[in-house]
Amino acid sequence: MVNLIIDGVKVQAEEDSTILEVARFYGIDIPALCYHEDLSPYGACRLCTVEVEEKGRKRLVASCLYPVKEGLRVRTHTARIVNGRKMILELLLARCSNSKILQDMASKMGLQRLRFKPENDDCILCGLCVRMCAEQMRSGALGFIGRGDTREVVTPFREKSEVCRGCGACMYICPAMELQCRGIVSSGDLCNSCLVISPQCLEKYDQVMCYVESCGGCTQKDRIGKGGK
Amino acid sequence: MKRIKNRDDLEKLRRTIVEGRDPKRTCIAICAGTGCQAYECEKVVEAFTSEIEKQKMKGKTDIRRTGCRGFCQRGPITVVYPEGIFYQRVKSEDAKEIVSETIMNKRIVDRLLYVDPSTGQKFVFEKDVPFYNKQMRILLGHNAYVDATKIEDYIAIDGYSALEKALFEMKPEQVIDVIKQSGLRGRGGAGFPTGDKWEMCRKANGDVKYVICNADEGDPGAYMNRSLLEGNPHSIIEGMIIGAYAIGSNEGYVYVRYEYPLAVKNLTTALGQAREHGFLGKDILGSGFSFDIEIRRGGGAFVCGESTALMASIEGKVGEPRSKYVHTAEKGLWNRPSNLNNVETWANVPLIILKGANWFSNIGTEKSKGTKIFSLVGKINNTGLVEVPMGITLREIIYDIGGGIPDGKKFKAVQTGGPSGGCIPEKLLNLPVDFERLTEVGSMMGSGGMIVMDENTCMVDVAKYFLKFLLEESCGKCTPCREGIKRMLEISDNISSGRGESEDLKLLEELATVVKDFSLCGLGQTASNPVLSTVQYFRDEYEAHLDGKCPAGVCKALIEYFIHEDKCNGCGLCRKNCPENAIIGEPKKPHAIVSEKCIKCGICREICKFEAVAIT
Amino acid sequence: MNETRDKNSETLGIVELGKVDAIINNYGSDKSSLIAILQDAQAEYGYLPQEVMRRVATNLGIPLIQVFGVATFFRAFRLTPKGRFLVRVCLGTACHVRGAPSVLEETERRLKVKAGGTTDDGLFTLETVNCLGCCALGPVAVVGDEYVGQMKATKVAPLIKKYAKKSKG
Repeated sequence: MVNLIIDGVKVQAEEDSTILEVARFYGIDIPALCYHEDLSPYGACRLCTVEVEEKGRKRLVASCLYPVKEGLRVRTHTARIVNGRKMILELLLARCSNSKILQDMASKMGLQRLRFKPENDDCILCGLCVRMCAEQMRSGALGFIGRGDTREVVTPFREKSEVCRGCGACMYICPAMELQCRGIVSSGDLCNSCLVISPQCLEKYDQVMCYVESCGGCTQKDRIGKGGK
Repeated sequence: MKRIKNRDDLEKLRRTIVEGRDPKRTCIAICAGTGCQAYECEKVVEAFTSEIEKQKMKGKTDIRRTGCRGFCQRGPITVVYPEGIFYQRVKSEDAKEIVSETIMNKRIVDRLLYVDPSTGQKFVFEKDVPFYNKQMRILLGHNAYVDATKIEDYIAIDGYSALEKALFEMKPEQVIDVIKQSGLRGRGGAGFPTGDKWEMCRKANGDVKYVICNADEGDPGAYMNRSLLEGNPHSIIEGMIIGAYAIGSNEGYVYVRYEYPLAVKNLTTALGQAREHGFLGKDILGSGFSFDIEIRRGGGAFVCGESTALMASIEGKVGEPRSKYVHTAEKGLWNRPSNLNNVETWANVPLIILKGANWFSNIGTEKSKGTKIFSLVGKINNTGLVEVPMGITLREIIYDIGGGIPDGKKFKAVQTGGPSGGCIPEKLLNLPVDFERLTEVGSMMGSGGMIVMDENTCMVDVAKYFLKFLLEESCGKCTPCREGIKRMLEISDNISSGRGESEDLKLLEELATVVKDFSLCGLGQTASNPVLSTVQYFRDEYEAHLDGKCPAGVCKALIEYFIHEDKCNGCGLCRKNCPENAIIGEPKKPHAIVSEKCIKCGICREICKFEAVAIT
Repeated sequence: MNETRDKNSETLGIVELGKVDAIINNYGSDKSSLIAILQDAQAEYGYLPQEVMRRVATNLGIPLIQVFGVATFFRAFRLTPKGRFLVRVCLGTACHVRGAPSVLEETERRLKVKAGGTTDDGLFTLETVNCLGCCALGPVAVVGDEYVGQMKATKVAPLIKKYAKKSKG
């Protein structure tokens, strides 16, 4: 077992584990999008970034990949990290502005403004589907092509793959395939309605536009500030 | 050619070669580097060859095709040895005259000499030419004496004697110690102490280890590595064999970028000759040490200059970097200990082993030892490759060696470190060049590209240029780099198109900080440097753009082309050549540009013989 | 000899796959030589037809998507046939500050294609390069093997005309 300190708390971890695994085990909430405990870690979304201190040197690392070490000091929510995560989320939201999961995360983080021109992509390039198909289903029918801003996930030559067994695991694991938010989004204020217990969209659409879990014990109008749309 | 079986045989061979060469024999050395190839130097070689034959001088005169001589602005370069008479801009038609005048009659062909543009002084000998004066060409200098396709040339200048010394007089740990003491730091960009890396790799667990040469050289405007590989490939081979011996590796790779066919060709020839002679393969020189090198070509991806992406590419995968939480020196290529060094780093190794750590550490500054090769390009008179001791100032490089800015224009900035570096303004020209100082001012050493900019270069446009480059070259894996650079480019584009708003600068800086701190690899982590350094030193220029002006006259949305009525004589040349028919005017009367139709292509300005077209 | 019709290369005819097998054998069917194999295949066919990529995947025993991924990641690879003359405009930093963008724009205007495209008559393919290492000649354009230095927008038309004429000769 390895001893380390996360956010001031002394914890113990198995030798081959990563900081993210340990943190989640202890209930410390480090957000992540491209991580799934049954697939190999990828380190692409960078939301799980934490600060580690080793031999007096501090640096930012991806906790889903960084191995635990004896005596490591980890901080998961410094100001620099929190602000960075918000920016990363803002960038992802600008790309996939209709993704409910991103909107949820934005609400939780207190991200209220989108300062970039939104697009309507439906893929955050997390690679979970690719790894699911390759590692769990052992098919390899999906993969990344291109690079930079032309990078995308496709089947070979964009046709139905000969090795695809139609298992649907890729759809199952995809964060962006969840119910989409149909609220209006343009650069400006986010509606942040998803975590508001009294859904604002009932008035406008006569229908709940997303799924809400809590019982509605309290409203969170104060968090929104200018109010949702 | 018999394989050299032991040290004595090598010594014998070297003596035979050296004794068979008369130092007084005339040699016409013609530069055959890629730059001069573009100047058709091969025709010059042919012309000399046939002229020497014609004059029946073949037995008394050698012709040598050499590697890059560095003074690329004046190519093709031809130097006549042993005197060292330096001829520049030599064409194939000049061969006849040079042979009859200089070779046969010891007379100088005046018109082909280098003339200093500011003083009008002519220089006859290579050693006197001002371009070379402040340089210290411990690496590039050898290009003059070596034909890359002839291993004998290399052996004649003490080539492979460092290898002898290492294999037979030193233990591997001693070799590492010497490299450590010399203070050699990686020449690829980050400047990591080479000796430390070698030691880490040697100590790593595993029987199979690799040494790799990074010849990807992706920084646009940088071609130092190419010139070393094309001109003196054996220097790198020897360096790698020594390194492999020190680390305990038997397999090496040279990863050459796809855009360097001549480097691949010359390296392949050199490897073949090295194997024939027994410098590579089993039981090298009878030492018991075995090692060989394979060439791997890149596929056209800047990101493959990053060590983990490079290794992925050798493994046959796409060049996606991975986090280096475990050093590649411990787990690299195929998860085995791998030591990756840049071409220039490897080229320094034989010299250090032969001449000693002190010789090397006496050159340079306290923390940056030795020399560095820079490609001095852009708005500069003497474009070319310069090799200078660390610690020389930017001013000396740009003015004393580079000859200053052409056309009497004013210096504005010098960009170092490629797309990972930053722009350095005039007020910092006295900065001594070394790893730490360049990083302190917001740039970095990088691989050695040094791009000079003048008053007609727009710094917002430069930042935009680098962002566009990086976005295309980003592997696209991690969010901050892929999305962050894209949005920084959007903002810069808005600013240069006159659509910028006052909050844009703040957003740009905020974004730049997150991209720097959260990106997975070096490409993303340094992608913000061009933006941050130009905003830091040229903020007023950004603000001018927010006010709708581009002071340098570059950003199309913010400039207008117009014709000076008093200079225009109505010749109509511009009107006839305007692709948009945006110029109106009657013959012999001053013309005018219709701004709504003008696409600012610049053709009218180029074509006007009276300098009547201006930009506002 | 294996032959198969490639739907991307109707105009080029039948793709002979025997050549691909030979190239793969050359590299000892080594998976890590994928990039070199694809480069040699491209040198042979002028571009990478789908059938060639399939053959490589099968013979090397790697997923087709990995071959497709490599072929689309690296700039060296072309998935469509190229024109008779390859026109490359250097957009390296040194050429950029010396005015390369206006050279590129004029070339795009004259050829009526954007960078990356091929003209309708199949004569010219236009590409941009991020540094040829001839910075002293900048801005530089290369047509086939001919390097043209000190390029200006006004030099583009005569250069293209020269090669258009060559093709008729």
